[in-house]
Amino acid sequence: MALRTIRTWLWVAVVALALTGGTAAFLLRQSPPASGFGVADFDLVDQNGNPVDETVFVGHPSALFFGFTHCPEVCPTTMAEMSAWFDALGDEGADLRAWFVSIDPERDTPQVLGDYVSWVSDRITGITGAPDQIDRLADAWGVFHEKVPLEGGGYTMDHTASVFLLDAKGQFQGTIAYREDMATALGKLRNLLAKS
Amino acid sequence: MIRLLRAAFAAAILLVTPAFAHNGVTHLGPINISLPFTRATLPNAPVAGGFLTIENTGTEPDRLVSVSSDIAGETQIHEMAMQGDVMKMRQLADGLEIPAGETVVLAPGGFHIMFMGLKQTLVEGESVTVTLTFEKAGTVEILLPVEAAAADAPTAMEHAH
Repeated sequence: MALRTIRTWLWVAVVALALTGGTAAFLLRQSPPASGFGVADFDLVDQNGNPVDETVFVGHPSALFFGFTHCPEVCPTTMAEMSAWFDALGDEGADLRAWFVSIDPERDTPQVLGDYVSWVSDRITGITGAPDQIDRLADAWGVFHEKVPLEGGGYTMDHTASVFLLDAKGQFQGTIAYREDMATALGKLRNLLAKS
Repeated sequence: MIRLLRAAFAAAILLVTPAFAHNGVTHLGPINISLPFTRATLPNAPVAGGFLTIENTGTEPDRLVSVSSDIAGETQIHEMAMQGDVMKMRQLADGLEIPAGETVVLAPGGFHIMFMGLKQTLVEGESVTVTLTFEKAGTVEILLPVEAAAADAPTAMEHAH
């Protein structure tokens, strides 16, 4: 092989390595959540009208979901799955708490949320309140939510459908994706419980 | 008198069952409708989704133009899509095309019938009636069994696996 060809291929290898290294560095930089992720001061209420602020996430591991009761599919499905997680974990999950934050506080009054979340478990708390305070909490978690008008005057909400996992310090530890399979979800929850 | 009643009865049967179902498949001209189901609703949930599979065995495209039901104030045809981790839902105002020779599935995570302003809680084990109207094939009533709140398919189908 001519020296010139070898030199060309060596340069190709150098470029490829540089690209790989650069990509890896970029991905690694992106992967650990920023220390402030999920951190927000907010004043909201639970389904009984009791005040809820940022301190409620401290002292126990949590599963945090943002949804709305006018949601036909993602929210009831996730609620049903949460219910199954609690059942499957049994005593092992005794410390775990779950939160359903309404991104549609106009329609989701504490009363509406109460019956809705109580169906899932007595350890899930519905959170609602002033829209600007909901925004503070949702924005802190990078939760997208947008009103979409429907024919006939109503509206629906586009929204982030992941469940966020928080350790006992209230810090972000990971997510459970929408419709993640039961075994993977339980693995993540057991891992969270072990760390908390 | 009896004959008149019998005739009225026969006419009534014809009115409420314009299509015939066979092995769980409802036939309406070249349109076959199968695997209908809906899901149990959570307390206070004002909405629900309906699901079924529509096959067009004909040579011309048809279109599901409207859906109605007594259980809801408003019934629409919707499409849901996950974009990354964001759930987006859109009304299909022009209905849903069923191309000739193809099958369109209304299932969790995609196209669905959207019941809005539910007048009743949907209870697992019960069933609800919807009326589907196609541009060409016409109108048909379909019974949707109510499955569990996170069901992906009718129970009968799951058992068949």
